Amino acid sequence: MTIIDQLADIEQAALTALMKIDTSEAIGEWKSNYLGKQGAIAKLSRELGTLPGDQRPAAGQRFNAVRAALDEAFASREATISSAAQHQAFGQDAVDVTLPGRLPVVGRLHPSTRVLRMITDIFADMGFQVWESPEVETDTLNFGLLNIPEDHPARDMWDTFYVETAPGAEKVLLRTHTSPGQIHAMRAHAPHPVRVILPGKCYRYEQVTTRHEMMFHQVEGIAVGQHITFSDLKGTLIGFAERLYGVGTKTRFRPSYFPFTEPSVELDVECFLCKGKGCRICKQSGWLEVSGAGMIHPIVLRNGGYDPDVFSGFAFGMGPERITMLRHGIDDIRWFFSGDERFLQQFV
Amino acid sequence: MRIPLSWLREYVDVTIPIDELAERLTRSGLEVETIEHIGGAQAELPWDPTLVLVCNILEVSQHPNADRLVLATVEYTLGSNHTVVTGAPNLYQYKGLGRLTHPLKSVFAREGAVLYDGHVAEKVKVTLKGKPVRGVMSDAMLCSEKELGLSEEHEGILILPDDAPVGMSLLEYIGDTVVDIDVLPNMARTLSLVGMAREIAALTGQSFRLPNPTVASSGANANDTIKVSIAAPELCPRFTASVVRNVTIKPSPFWMQRRLIMAGMRPINNIVDISNYVMLELGTPNHTFDADCVAEAHIVVRNANVDEQIKTLDGRTHMLNPSHLLVCDTTQPLSVAGVMGGESSEVSDRTKNVLVEAAVWEPTIIRRMSTAFKLRSEASKRFERGVDPEMLELAQRRLCQLLHDYADGVVAPGLVDVRSAPIRQISITLTSAEVKRILGLDFTATKLCDLLTPLGFGCTVNTSDSLAVIVPSYRRDVSHTADLCEEVARMFGYDNLPSTIMADELPAQRTNLALEHEHFVRDVLSGAGLNEAITYSLTSLASAANLDPAEAEATNYLRLANPLSSEREYMRRAILPTLLESAAGNLRERGSTRLFEIGRVYHRRADAILPAEPLRVAIVMAGQRTNASWHDASPEAIDFFDIKGVVELLCERLQISTIRIAPSDADSLQPGRAAQLIARTAIGEVVIGHFGELHPLARERFAMPAVRVAVAEFALDTLLELANVPRYTSISRYPASSQDLALVAPVMVSAETIAASIRKYAGAALNSIELFDVYTGANLGAGMRSLAYRLTFRSNERTLGDDEITKLRAKIIRGVEHETGAKLRS
Repeated sequence: MTIIDQLADIEQAALTALMKIDTSEAIGEWKSNYLGKQGAIAKLSRELGTLPGDQRPAAGQRFNAVRAALDEAFASREATISSAAQHQAFGQDAVDVTLPGRLPVVGRLHPSTRVLRMITDIFADMGFQVWESPEVETDTLNFGLLNIPEDHPARDMWDTFYVETAPGAEKVLLRTHTSPGQIHAMRAHAPHPVRVILPGKCYRYEQVTTRHEMMFHQVEGIAVGQHITFSDLKGTLIGFAERLYGVGTKTRFRPSYFPFTEPSVELDVECFLCKGKGCRICKQSGWLEVSGAGMIHPIVLRNGGYDPDVFSGFAFGMGPERITMLRHGIDDIRWFFSGDERFLQQFV
Repeated sequence: MRIPLSWLREYVDVTIPIDELAERLTRSGLEVETIEHIGGAQAELPWDPTLVLVCNILEVSQHPNADRLVLATVEYTLGSNHTVVTGAPNLYQYKGLGRLTHPLKSVFAREGAVLYDGHVAEKVKVTLKGKPVRGVMSDAMLCSEKELGLSEEHEGILILPDDAPVGMSLLEYIGDTVVDIDVLPNMARTLSLVGMAREIAALTGQSFRLPNPTVASSGANANDTIKVSIAAPELCPRFTASVVRNVTIKPSPFWMQRRLIMAGMRPINNIVDISNYVMLELGTPNHTFDADCVAEAHIVVRNANVDEQIKTLDGRTHMLNPSHLLVCDTTQPLSVAGVMGGESSEVSDRTKNVLVEAAVWEPTIIRRMSTAFKLRSEASKRFERGVDPEMLELAQRRLCQLLHDYADGVVAPGLVDVRSAPIRQISITLTSAEVKRILGLDFTATKLCDLLTPLGFGCTVNTSDSLAVIVPSYRRDVSHTADLCEEVARMFGYDNLPSTIMADELPAQRTNLALEHEHFVRDVLSGAGLNEAITYSLTSLASAANLDPAEAEATNYLRLANPLSSEREYMRRAILPTLLESAAGNLRERGSTRLFEIGRVYHRRADAILPAEPLRVAIVMAGQRTNASWHDASPEAIDFFDIKGVVELLCERLQISTIRIAPSDADSLQPGRAAQLIARTAIGEVVIGHFGELHPLARERFAMPAVRVAVAEFALDTLLELANVPRYTSISRYPASSQDLALVAPVMVSAETIAASIRKYAGAALNSIELFDVYTGANLGAGMRSLAYRLTFRSNERTLGDDEITKLRAKIIRGVEHETGAKLRS
């Protein structure tokens, strides 16, 4: 048998043996048996010297080719074996991915806070800044300066909590709306233009029911300048409605009455639950009341420090709890101030 | 305001479908709340026009087999005769009289008609089917009001007036639609049928018909028989009176009763009903006195005397004072002006002659009296909103006509009409420029005139862009150009006005830093696992005492003058009591609670009528630290160090360094597990608040289970003032070297004392110090504690050498031993 024939036999035997190997130990042994310094190929190669000179280059090339083929077969087999081993290890490490994960303990913001932020963010983009004013106010600021004199029938619109005061002292109350903030904000800015948004707690002397709370939030906004019109009010409120309820939200502007605005308006948006067809939530009307608004009454402008013949402005107000209830389908306002975590944890 | 369409149609033609009319009314500020159909196809109970008919009852006879039933012979078309079995008690009296000389009109329902079951309380629809009743075939019935859905009345069948047309469907006879409209305080003009009709005429382009009744009168002139004196002219600008003699008190006619019922009023008798009818029709409240009870036939309008009294029609006696206004005779008060009549001159069954008052009153006096006496009537509601002073003469004519026609009265000629104060007519100049300034749209004077005239405004176009507007007497709500702008916008249609983006100068933009910080604190605390609560600002002293009995000092609190309940009587001075009430509920319900609240508290000030409203943050944590799960079936319970961790996190996130934590002796906290947060400020140290574990006694007062309840409450506005913007510290590129140091010291030497000492002696090379073990054990000796710190040293300039670290370590040990007495643990 020639050296070349022997080489072919070794190659054949090596490849056959390799295919049977399936452990990393055995493949190491195989490598040293065939490709190692003392391996079969190395041993045979020492006999190359016995060949005639002219056959040596070809034989040498043949040796290199066989080595390369076995190296490649080894690498391939080794990859297969290690992959199988890893696969087995993974199998042992597998988990049931449907088991519950480790939840980080994270709290939630109150839903009213979320909606208040949404509202103030939308108006911030239109140049309105947040302005805060006290919750306990004088009768004058809550009513008188807002063109709601004592003994005016419009006072029926606000059932009021009064605070005990000394006999003869000025009447003090829990503000029934954020509107006293209008006066504070106007007086702080007049005669410069002003655009502010006034969020905060308000109070009404009202039996608590699923729909009515004695305490609630309100967001009020005012814009006063020398060129502000009712059309601007419409544009501002439509812009707001489209941000809150989506582009193309249908709106309806209804004449209304507030002593501190003239003309006054009520903004309705198409009921987003029934798309205007009429449902329980919109009381079959197809519309949801979103905001009361209007052009600031000349008397109120004057009380705020502006000349009503030169300045004009608008004001609007809305209830975040109502917006929150509609947004999340909450049917009972009493949960808002319960501090019940079964309620609070339902929001983001 | 409930408006029956059949009544409305007397004054205006309604040519558009009712739903369209409702939408137009709503869009013009008269919000339609409900549309109620009576009898028609859309009604709750439609009356089939072929099966429910007006009929004549010709004869009533005893049912042969039942004592309590009768047989009625009924004619429902000319010549038809039908026998109906009925148990109506109001037919018993006609039994056995044979053919009735005066047949009764009623409502006949034939087989197949759908009616309400008259025998059950609820509204249950039943279809009328023929069946024998005690041996007599019954396939039709005579109907009660309840069966027709007109009222709850089921004592007998409905008896219609004699002129009801036999054979006419009931739907055609009294079917109707009632529109209920929410009338806003400035819409007083629509608190009447004619007022509403005038508005609808203007909105729909129809013409408006004001009634113009004529009255036949005879006898002595009213001006010669009665006298009216007004002693308070500014409170009563106009007073009119007429006299109707020989009236008969009886029920008012069926049509009038129907209209009153549909409008929401209960019929009483003809005199009362006529009064109410005219108020509803013309918007003029009025009052009828028994003329023979008016002493000397002299009416005096005056303020009440001190300690005078009046007993009103509702039987209540009111103490009066000179701020009250009365209608009196020469001897006594007859009525509280514009609010309610008195008993002494009340119209009764014996009344023969009546004196009819129609007047206008100053609105605020009416409101004051109706509020003071808790007498809110339909009259006072109209007077306090403003009644048209020019409507009185027409109202008197209408009253007299109706008293003549339906109370058989003899109307005295003449009207006593006292105008004690001039009624101001308002005239306003309106320009296109002003309308554009307010509404944002150009209108010519002619266009403005076209919009305002249908509402009754007297418009004179002066130039192409200016007009003079005379406000009609029934528009007391209009006094400014702004009011006219609203009318222009209303008539033009709010939805037809443009919507624009504000083109006015943008005001200077300012950041509300305090609010941004407040939002940041909310985000930090919710990120720390706390749910944000908002609890009532109103609370009770008992709740405050639950936290700390010493806090229940009423004089420190703002108290409501009119609380809804004793639970919500005082403005809170701290957040924790109400927050703990919520937490107690959560603990009972879920076994754990993690809450925070940011809100204002209310502190009385000696030098101001309004309180201070500082901002606070409060935290409550109790129960399991994490939610139990298969990962950890029984997590450890929250304790002092959980709340301390939150406090540390908050201070770190706000980058507050000028602060320290020290033991606290707050009464609400468990001694030894109580701390206070102290700020170093320009004016010295200020306590920002306390935190720790709730005292077990307080915990019991809040009815909480026996777990550790960690709480905190801080002055948030003070805390936020200490906040800083983070300063970057350069990050060293050189390796760090760690040293562990266990120090033994008496327990009373605080951990902070030792840590501070280590920091002091370690100097700038100390990169971090971490307490990794706290140990107390018998082998240390009683009262001793070991604190093990890992110190990390690192320089920004170079690698620190081992010998350098060794020297530093020895220096720290020497220094701490010397300063605190702590010894290196052997």
